[in-house]
Amino acid sequence: MMDLHKDAGAATEILRTMWTIRRFEEAVDDMFARGLMHGTMHLSIGQEAVPAGACHALAEGDYITSTHRGHGHCIARGARLDAMMAELLAKETGYCRGRGGSMHIADVATGNLGANGIVAGGVPIAAGAGLAIRLRGQDRVAVSFFGDGAVNEGAWHEGVNLAAIWDLPVVFVCENNQYGMSMSVGKAAKVERLAERAAAYGIPGSTVDGNDPQAVYDAVAEAVHRARAGLGPSLVEALTYRWKGHSKSDKNLYRTREEIEGWRERDPITRFERAVAGTLTDSEIAGCREQARDRVRAAIRTAHAAPDAEAATLTDAVYARSE
Amino acid sequence: MTAVTEAATATRTLTYAEAVREALAQAMTADERVFLLGEDIGTYGGAFGVTGDLVHSFGAERVRDTPISELGIVGAAVGAALAGMRPVVEIQFSDFTAQAMDQIANQAAKIHFMLGGAANVPLVLRAPGGSGTGAAAQHSQSLEAWFAHVPGLKVVMPSTPADAKALLLAAIDDPNPVVVLEHKLLYKERGPVPEAGTRARLGETAVRRTGEDLTIVATGVMVSRALEAADQLAGQGIQASVLDPRTLSPLDDGTIVNSVVTTGRALLVQEAPKTAGFMAEVAARIGESRAFGHLRAPIGRLCGLDVPIPYAPQLERAAVPQVADIVREAGELVRRW
Repeated sequence: MMDLHKDAGAATEILRTMWTIRRFEEAVDDMFARGLMHGTMHLSIGQEAVPAGACHALAEGDYITSTHRGHGHCIARGARLDAMMAELLAKETGYCRGRGGSMHIADVATGNLGANGIVAGGVPIAAGAGLAIRLRGQDRVAVSFFGDGAVNEGAWHEGVNLAAIWDLPVVFVCENNQYGMSMSVGKAAKVERLAERAAAYGIPGSTVDGNDPQAVYDAVAEAVHRARAGLGPSLVEALTYRWKGHSKSDKNLYRTREEIEGWRERDPITRFERAVAGTLTDSEIAGCREQARDRVRAAIRTAHAAPDAEAATLTDAVYARSE
Repeated sequence: MTAVTEAATATRTLTYAEAVREALAQAMTADERVFLLGEDIGTYGGAFGVTGDLVHSFGAERVRDTPISELGIVGAAVGAALAGMRPVVEIQFSDFTAQAMDQIANQAAKIHFMLGGAANVPLVLRAPGGSGTGAAAQHSQSLEAWFAHVPGLKVVMPSTPADAKALLLAAIDDPNPVVVLEHKLLYKERGPVPEAGTRARLGETAVRRTGEDLTIVATGVMVSRALEAADQLAGQGIQASVLDPRTLSPLDDGTIVNSVVTTGRALLVQEAPKTAGFMAEVAARIGESRAFGHLRAPIGRLCGLDVPIPYAPQLERAAVPQVADIVREAGELVRRW
């Protein structure tokens, strides 16, 4: 396994990815608070190590399915920031031409089969992508990202079971951020670790520090290796924490300030910067931060300048209509 | 009107189930991306024997038995479709689509639009519906209105063996999700079916019979009942047109409107319960159209009762329209107005 801390190229990429996710979501949070952005959104600030570490283990052609809290997965997989930002700003140039918004961004070019507004909706879809890989004789894998809330959905059970019985090349990555909206994971599941559920499907399960990109990368890379070797799916639970509220309606009534502060002290980005200090110079580390800021600023500029999605083309993508 | 009957190819007599099976075999032979997914469709041959021995010709990878897991099955089909395959799902009874509704209504139907057209879900979902087998309330429903109400689903109801094949082939060709609602009582019905892989266009109403006195619009098993009723009505001197929409969404309402303009009377017949049923949509389309001014009678609807389908055969028959009901309602509509 690669030591991300010692490899300057990998360390730079991981750090730049995490900063890009952080800066992108901070910008979105800010625009939203100032009334410049419409709708709703779900931020993953504090969880950046999971997509950064997991996607580092993937190759071109691999698929992912994502969630309503999906900006990080999208960015880590290499999506275009300007098209993402344009989507959030309801522009014609957005990934979904303003039809989807934050919860439905997909990027077919990078194998991102889409965020999903339905909890666990992407889990059986990832199993199906794995089935297609098998039937087409390809050397790909499908990674399904989902939160702790998803594991109690029937769709999760059915998707994981199908992947397991058919030994499909799928990696199930549980981004356990401790809450399904306001319901804590401890109240929602009887097992100590959600990864224990893997035993019920006869597949490997592991729990790792989701605020450490190296730990996430190691576990996902091993699962990807297994999947490519035809040995079937795995479940990786990454323990992390959502710093921000569930969405704009969240008043944080279900958790304490101390709890949030405790997790902020374990900021995955700060920790990783410390860990790579021997590999990257201070200015290289600062460079990652600045590049992320500049890319996000450029994306906002480009998106703002783009034309709004127009009602005149609303039914362009409608195929079932009476003439 | 049907593309099928124009085919200049040899036809044989097949059952509706055999016609479906032949369409599946031809589609799988022509395109290696097409594969089947469903409960007991392999060695067992399908709960209604539709897939039969296909597993012997195409293997267990492409005629794939699944656990009893409808949400997983449809979800896997959505994912496989997004990743370049053309899955054809069999849901054993259409009632069980309730188990899979998130993947049908929230995923398959929405993805193309929600992504601004960036991806397609070429998925076919076949499911038998309808009553008449003594299977009671959870195995006998006619749920077409559920699907027709969801933007992003095409909905097909074949009523003859030839259409079972031609519409299914068109559904498999389609780049977007199509729900094909077959009828259990029709599986053993026989009729001429072209050997060639002739396609019917989705969104084309078939005119099964032409008469000047009234237009009967019927779907599924009600089409053959309406035709039988029309024969009896002819004996009473009443000439009925019988129209079969075949595709509920998108609906070819133009053909229906043209017929009602000519006859001035419409009787709409469905097996499903009346309230908020598909024929309410047909009635509204007629009412909104130029046919309104030609109506000589109120639009009539003959539907299933607003009850769950019961078990006892005499109750089950009473719950849905029979030939005699159609003859009576049609006769009244013509004689009274």
